[in-house]
Amino acid sequence: MTFALQFLIDVLSLGGAYALMALGLVIVYGILKLVNFAYGELIMVAGYTLFLVGGSGLPWLVMAAVAVLMAIVTGIFTDYVAFRPVRAKSVTAVLITSFAFSTLLQNAALLFISPRPRNVPLPAAFSQTVEIAGVITPVRNLITIAAAVVLLGVFAFLMRRTVLGIAMRAAATNFTMARMLGVPANLIISSAFAISGLLAGIVGILWIGRIGTVVPGIGNEPLLVAFIATVIGGMRSLGGAVLGGFLLAFIDTTLNYTLSQELLKFRDAFTFSLVILILLWRPEGLLKGPATGQRT
Amino acid sequence: MPNPSLKVVDVAVEFSGLRALNGVSLTLSPGEIVGLIGPNGSGKTTMINAMTGQVPLAGGQVMLGDKQISGLTPRKIALEGLSRSFQIVRLFNNMTVLDNVESAALAHGCSLRVAREKAQTLLGEFGLSPRADDLGASLSYGDKRRVEIARALAADPAFLLLDEPAAGMNEAETEALLHILAGLPKSRGLGLLIIDHDMSLIMRLCDRLHVLAFGKTIAEGKADEVRRNPAVIEAYLGSEAARA
Repeated sequence: MTFALQFLIDVLSLGGAYALMALGLVIVYGILKLVNFAYGELIMVAGYTLFLVGGSGLPWLVMAAVAVLMAIVTGIFTDYVAFRPVRAKSVTAVLITSFAFSTLLQNAALLFISPRPRNVPLPAAFSQTVEIAGVITPVRNLITIAAAVVLLGVFAFLMRRTVLGIAMRAAATNFTMARMLGVPANLIISSAFAISGLLAGIVGILWIGRIGTVVPGIGNEPLLVAFIATVIGGMRSLGGAVLGGFLLAFIDTTLNYTLSQELLKFRDAFTFSLVILILLWRPEGLLKGPATGQRT
Repeated sequence: MPNPSLKVVDVAVEFSGLRALNGVSLTLSPGEIVGLIGPNGSGKTTMINAMTGQVPLAGGQVMLGDKQISGLTPRKIALEGLSRSFQIVRLFNNMTVLDNVESAALAHGCSLRVAREKAQTLLGEFGLSPRADDLGASLSYGDKRRVEIARALAADPAFLLLDEPAAGMNEAETEALLHILAGLPKSRGLGLLIIDHDMSLIMRLCDRLHVLAFGKTIAEGKADEVRRNPAVIEAYLGSEAARA
């Protein structure tokens, strides 16, 4: 029983983080059918912003809000710098510009800040543990679960019940048709990048909270996780991204519990083997969206 | 104030040197139904694409009253009051029928509440209320067409351009559609341009006909007159009759 609860908390907290990462990636992919490879850098920007405002003496929540805001601004900036100028031209062009922008941001961090890890300010709650029904667990896991529940709820409401959400879903299904109906394309795309930045910023703080430091390559793993989660969940649907995130967390956590100490170093090899098996079984991902997946 | 007329003036469209439309002029006034007919490949769909800004013009212009709308983006033209449907239906497949219709009203600046009411009313008119919460992809072919027309109407267009709205519908569905379409000019004051191969539908619905062949106008006028025009019988009805 204790073990089951422990396992559940681990899966839900890791899965919540993965799901938010994946959602941030797929919200842009859904509309443009283009993967934003500079997505990990949104997390990096949130981390370094937290580091830079660390000495300011502001309340932590204000600092965190500034960090998330910077991730949102960087998200919108990505659209203007890497996507908008070449969006209509070719998929390859955007692939390269988004990689280039990612490299540029990472190298800027290397050059202007440091290749070494930098400490970020974190509230005391992030290093505390609590005991629930005999299970000792870090408070930040519970914070992550709560954040995931709230954000996924708000996100679902936004997509279903607001003007922006309906317009975004229409644009994601058939971009050309949505424009023809009068949906303002650029505004919708910028909004998608802003939401992507918001999710990356929040999940970035939670992610960095696990280790307490930020390095220029901090976003690489979240990008990979988000990408894999969306691929196994189904790149065509937002629900697929969330499902993929939780499934990936379930696999990782199960391996953490079952692999021996020597094998644990190779955990990712096991994870990716399973991912390959899932994709052999369901090449389009677990949830097939009815959308065509083609650029429209 | 009544809406101004939609005037297509001497429009030409080229696809890599091939003239798909060659100096076609057409006027659509509020409150009237015009049928655009012609054999396959005569340029009917290209005509609608040219009017709604989906293909660039090689010559001529499209005017809404005194305002030139050719050269604007499809989105701007939509906001000027031109709505259309497609030969191959383009619904938002993973959205509900209600959301599909709502999206057009929202894009034209309605509030969420107004858009929802408008969508529900339209679905009622089209007999689609029972399907409101179903996904676009799950509908029958005929229902998809009706949702598409309802969606086009949710934008409160001044002009509605329908590309083969009855294609794939059975007789009863076509009959119901005819009834709805015939009432639109009066109830909404809009001008309706309709392409269809169903000549009985066209003859019963349209005040005027405009006949294209090889990208040129070969006849226009009252439905009965056009039907007796030898050039039309030769180019269009003749070939239809020959096939049958």
